[in-house]
Amino acid sequence: MSAPTGTLDRRAAVKALLAERGDLLVISGLGSSSYDVFDAGEHPGNFYLWGAMGGAAMVGLGLALAQPKRPVLVVTGDGEQLMGIGSLLTIATKQPGNLSIAVLDNGHFGETGMQLSHSGLGARLEVIASGAGIHNVSEIVDMAGIESFRASLRDLNGGPRLARIRIAAGEVERALPPRDGTYLKNRFRGHLGFRVS
Amino acid sequence: MDQIAVHQDSATSTDWPVAIYRTLKSFGVAQVSYVPDAGHSKLIKLSHADADIKTTVLTTEEEGVAMAAGAWLGGDRAVLLMQSSGVGNCVNMLSLMASCRFPLLTLVTMRGEWAEFNPWQIPMGRATPQAFEIMGTSVLRLKNPDDAEEVISAAASLAYDGDQQVAVLISQRMIGRKKWTRETH
Repeated sequence: MSAPTGTLDRRAAVKALLAERGDLLVISGLGSSSYDVFDAGEHPGNFYLWGAMGGAAMVGLGLALAQPKRPVLVVTGDGEQLMGIGSLLTIATKQPGNLSIAVLDNGHFGETGMQLSHSGLGARLEVIASGAGIHNVSEIVDMAGIESFRASLRDLNGGPRLARIRIAAGEVERALPPRDGTYLKNRFRGHLGFRVS
Repeated sequence: MDQIAVHQDSATSTDWPVAIYRTLKSFGVAQVSYVPDAGHSKLIKLSHADADIKTTVLTTEEEGVAMAAGAWLGGDRAVLLMQSSGVGNCVNMLSLMASCRFPLLTLVTMRGEWAEFNPWQIPMGRATPQAFEIMGTSVLRLKNPDDAEEVISAAASLAYDGDQQVAVLISQRMIGRKKWTRETH
């Protein structure tokens, strides 16, 4: 029995989430989440994952601990977060106030043929996150919810937070960010003022 | 918190975790993550007791690989502590480090190689060097407690200055036999 899918347009939702981003640093999970973040606007403070499934939230945690004065947002899909489900418990142990996770939940593995995911089969990531010890959790079903979540990202003491964003399951045209990992790494570090050695 | 002698001038051979800790400090390591192992317990305590090191317990070892990537993006040097049974969990995540040439320094306490009591530890222990090597991670061995500073220092330079992924395998012989019962044999 599958859970009802959401209605939000993923591109519009991510674009709104990253509007007037200021000093926000963004990690995107592999696949459509990386395409969505790229489509919202290239930025040296974006680090796009093209692999490392299950690792996006942990890259976000390492970054958030290293840069406690910058808001850090992980944008990822339900399948990616499910593969790294234990990272929600690990993040909760550190309670990084500047870390937020936006899970774009369409209930499916979108890149691989739209197979139903565990969230599509009823799992609720925001409830799991809450049980893990991430207390600031929400379910977002409309653009008003996106706007409210976007505004909250600036509060460096309000995290960790996780929002499950209910997006529609339809296919979206691919928008491909750079794939060279070393370039993306050095660009990101350069944005933070670190010299390439 | 247990009292741990950190400030003595020269670590004795039984204080190799202290030598490792000092060496990591001299390299400016700011993040330590771990899945616990008895062989790492002293280093884990030292790390938790140090306000300048952000110390994180993981649910599984590959989390620490991804976390080290994020730390480096943000300007922090990270170290991942695990035992050999966790190395297989890291294999796919090591692609992240290789693809982006992220530094990785991981210190692995060995099981399954020296007076191992538990046969279930042996297959992964035996495969540990190869599991790293197939992913392009360099493997160094620490077999003698007196070499701790030198080996960790070499590994840290290779990782943080050479942009490499480096694992230091700490011999089970250094950690000693695991005591399973109170009887003496």
